[in-house]
Amino acid sequence: MDFQVIIDNLPLYFQGLRVTVMLVFFSLVLGLCLALPIALMATSKSTWVRILPKAYIYFFRGTPLIVQMYLIYHGMGQFEAIQNSFLWAIFKEAYMCALFAFALNTAGYTAEILRGTIEQTAFGEIEAAKACGMSRAMAYRRIILPSTFRRALPAYGNEVIFMLHGSALAGIITIVDLFGAAKIVNSRSFVPFESFITAGLFYLVITFIIVWGFKKAEHYWHAHLRPRES
Amino acid sequence: MSSVIDYLPLILKGMLLTIEVAVLSLLISVLLGMIGALAKMSGSRIARSIAGIYTTVIRGMPDLVLMTLIFFGGQILLNNVGEKLGLEYIDVSPFVAGVITIGFIFGAYMAETFRGGILAVSRGEIEAGYAFGMTPMKVFMRITLPAMVRHALPGFGNNWLVLTKATALISIIGLHDMVFNALVAGGTTRKPFTFLCVVAFLYLLITGVSDIGIRWLDKRYSVGVRKA
Repeated sequence: MDFQVIIDNLPLYFQGLRVTVMLVFFSLVLGLCLALPIALMATSKSTWVRILPKAYIYFFRGTPLIVQMYLIYHGMGQFEAIQNSFLWAIFKEAYMCALFAFALNTAGYTAEILRGTIEQTAFGEIEAAKACGMSRAMAYRRIILPSTFRRALPAYGNEVIFMLHGSALAGIITIVDLFGAAKIVNSRSFVPFESFITAGLFYLVITFIIVWGFKKAEHYWHAHLRPRES
Repeated sequence: MSSVIDYLPLILKGMLLTIEVAVLSLLISVLLGMIGALAKMSGSRIARSIAGIYTTVIRGMPDLVLMTLIFFGGQILLNNVGEKLGLEYIDVSPFVAGVITIGFIFGAYMAETFRGGILAVSRGEIEAGYAFGMTPMKVFMRITLPAMVRHALPGFGNNWLVLTKATALISIIGLHDMVFNALVAGGTTRKPFTFLCVVAFLYLLITGVSDIGIRWLDKRYSVGVRKA
């Protein structure tokens, strides 16, 4: 084991770390914004409204992330209409393709989590909202959605970790994220153990931080469920 | 459309490889998962901590990083060991590396699933087994194992679906699975989108069929369980 190479390349890893964190963060934010309307539509009573979001969720949960990413990264160039439009400025950037694919993917998974939790809202709570004379919109805003987000927290924590791990795929389409950095170090000095283990440790640490963060968040948001400390 | 028909055999050949890798790595992961789950619940502190490190580290790292680590690193490790032992050069085939890696990764997930299943078996049943004078092995084979299947099945099904999708990563270490073949076909015909859509559809087919299978198993193993 020769960790001198790693120490020399630490700046590259930290640069990769920044790219990974940013990529995951923006994907999650975009994905969450997309997921909410999809989840609301998927819980609709009308079959026609439900069909599209259900298909979206089915597709993005049923196919590998790498295929989705390739569809955007390699696939979009097939259409001349896209190549000639302003969209090409976006789709020719590997970073944008990865961001796009990750956001759409996490939106599918998050929408499914939210759909499950929305449907499991205690009926008494909705009845109480109705009895108080709340409109549907108000009931959603004040009762259903806050309770949904709270209950979705543990599952969403898992999804965030999945997204972090999935984001390593960005490294194979030329983006220098953590995995991309490890690939560069490996190809330069041929030290597969040291380079990939270092990247793996970085991911491990980020994972632990996310787990810890969600534990704190649950401690706060599930305060009413905690056994009383005396 | 005609190009799709031309290249369909190639894609289907890739699909066969995908399924092969998925099934073989599932076998490895079930084996490792069982060992891991039992180690996690064993009385030995060393076994517990090894299993703990295994499940935590594997589940905390991206599968892609682990796969490249095992594929590239495993080759060097084997060569070094082989050199010391005076063996000839051993070439790690991407197929073996892929199967072992995916099996190794999902063994960690399976261990957690199986542990949950074992914990869900009611204590009284196991105690009853011991009361009949069964050996620990017999208790496990006759009582714990059959009873835990029902509890572990939903998690097991989930793991299988994630595993199937993870097999797409083997295209990166040079295996000609359906993703790889789709890129080849897409490159020569300049229609990558079309072929990747075909692959996406085939994945949906695999996951859809698996879903039906899991539901059937669930029904079978839940016979005699009262449902509200």
